[in-house]
Amino acid sequence: MDLSSINPVLLLASLMVAATPLLLAAVGELVVEKAGVLNLGVEGMMITGAICGFAIAVNTGDPLLGVLAAAGGGAVLALLFALLTQLALANQVASGLGLTLFGLGLSALIGQGYQGVRPPSFPRLNIPGLSDMPVLGRILFSHDLMVYLGLLIVTAVWFMLKYTRAGLILRAVGENHEAAHALGYKVKRIRIMAILFGGACAGMGGAYISLIRVPQWTEGMTAGIGWIALALVVFASWKPWRVLLGAYLFGGVTVIQLNLQAAGVAIPVEYLAMSPYLITILVLVIMSADKSRAPASLGRVFHASR
Amino acid sequence: MLKLEKRPQPSQTWIYLAPVVAVIATMIAGGALFAALGKDPLVAIRTIFWDPLFSEFAFFYRPQLLVKGAPLVLIAIGLSLGFRAGIWNIGAEGQYIVGALTGAGVGLAFYPLEGWFIFPLMVLGGALGGWAWAMIPAVLRVKFGTNEILVSLMLVYVAEQLLASMSLGLMKNPQGFGFPGSRNLQQYPSAHNAELIAGSGMHWGVVAALIAVVFAYVLLTRHILGFHIRLTGEAPRAARFAGVNPGRLVLICLGLAGAMAGLAGLFEVSGPAGRVSIDFNVGYGFTAIIVAFLGRLHPLGIALAGLLMALTYIGGEIAQSRLGLPAAAIQMFQGMLLFFLLAVDLMTNYRLRLTKREVA
Repeated sequence: MDLSSINPVLLLASLMVAATPLLLAAVGELVVEKAGVLNLGVEGMMITGAICGFAIAVNTGDPLLGVLAAAGGGAVLALLFALLTQLALANQVASGLGLTLFGLGLSALIGQGYQGVRPPSFPRLNIPGLSDMPVLGRILFSHDLMVYLGLLIVTAVWFMLKYTRAGLILRAVGENHEAAHALGYKVKRIRIMAILFGGACAGMGGAYISLIRVPQWTEGMTAGIGWIALALVVFASWKPWRVLLGAYLFGGVTVIQLNLQAAGVAIPVEYLAMSPYLITILVLVIMSADKSRAPASLGRVFHASR
Repeated sequence: MLKLEKRPQPSQTWIYLAPVVAVIATMIAGGALFAALGKDPLVAIRTIFWDPLFSEFAFFYRPQLLVKGAPLVLIAIGLSLGFRAGIWNIGAEGQYIVGALTGAGVGLAFYPLEGWFIFPLMVLGGALGGWAWAMIPAVLRVKFGTNEILVSLMLVYVAEQLLASMSLGLMKNPQGFGFPGSRNLQQYPSAHNAELIAGSGMHWGVVAALIAVVFAYVLLTRHILGFHIRLTGEAPRAARFAGVNPGRLVLICLGLAGAMAGLAGLFEVSGPAGRVSIDFNVGYGFTAIIVAFLGRLHPLGIALAGLLMALTYIGGEIAQSRLGLPAAAIQMFQGMLLFFLLAVDLMTNYRLRLTKREVA
């Protein structure tokens, strides 16, 4: 075992990279749940985004177009969920599970010809001065654009939910859809838009895994990150800033676990690989003491009878 | 303008009609998908749904229907009890793996001893393993109110790692020339879950699935526990007033589902699969969720839905070898089935009314 081979600067830098897909998916799901909808299909939307982004990036040679396609792919899948739960009034838990199963199949189907292909590399940020700073430059200022886009989206979501009228309406719909409907807000329209936003975010999170983090395509490569993102929203008590904190925490666990594997710690690889899931369970248990923060209409079907 | 109106009672016609409509809609949409992949849709649909049963090689495929249907039905029956009560165990895949590990572990521990008591002990081991794995989310839900959906799902990934660790380490065949995977239980007569009638595909897992169907039917229609399960699902508040203990119900429903998934894993590892290996699990635990819904959470419906889903597995394999249809297309096909079912189910609880647009 050689722990000295782990470089703390690189560790922190890769932590930010490992956290980004989680951050994107979780902040999207946060908005969906704030609107009172529980979409368990995050994993399916992520993996669909991963392959859509990968395919477009490989075919056009432009990774940014790939990210756009990933957002589109995730949103299209989310639209299916929206149709089922908002128009066909189907059970949200079952629809979300169906979305994940469907997404895994769809992505495997699209991804057939793409195994072993290398995607075009993503441009890295390089600000003269900032990026060249010792330690901090490597940790904070020399990532790809997506890392910063993730942070930007979290900030925007926080601002929108807290300070804007649109955010207030969204929260009202999530807390009490009947009252919001009585006030004349279009509950279904608002929820569908939230679901689409969540899908686009999950898709981008998936594309981050296939285009930047790994970067290649393998079937089922999201490996439960979508589910961890769902847990993260609970962990964060539906607050954007805590999603950020949680994503970095989980990113940190993943990175440390991988580094320990590489350093050849005496714990078998399989048990190290279990750790992110076990820690997720532990965190869920700790957080489940506080139920007060969940949007009151979460998971309930809305049907305007009048 | 079309308007949805809630039915006072779910439509009896649509309860039975919805799965049929969903299957037909899936065939149409699936046909379009296959056509988009450059295959003749009619040939593809016939290969999947007709050839396994009635083609000239059908004698080879028919037994597979039971072999693949049994674990699906067994798991889905367990899941349906919880789903009815609003308890969402979606980690059956993990319980299936752990049941296979503990069951096979019992058998391997006795190797090379022969004895009649070994297989029953393995069955017990498998059921207990699955039960214990399901008890984790159950106890956490009851004690701390933790969401059982996320916990049971996380445990699938943990179980997969455990499976890898076991087949590479503790359970590795000492005479296997260093290859991963355990001893082959098919070559260990006391532990082998052999066919009961040669060439029929009928093994102990099929018997267990049939018993489970009858058991669940009696439980749901004749027993107070079954009544409590249905009551909790349909009217949670009324259930609480009626004195139903929700915690106890969670423990029972998750425990039963886990034990049944564990049994399915044990029968699979000691029979058709033969040994513990890294790629032992093939997603039965997830497909069983579709089976449970397609069967309307009703035991008899689940038995039929399990056979239908087994048919798509077998037909999918035939289509794979004969038409070059990718395996993923079948997975997607199964996902589509659940979607259509959920969408068509709208008609069970609501009716469409043509109304004139009113002036606000």
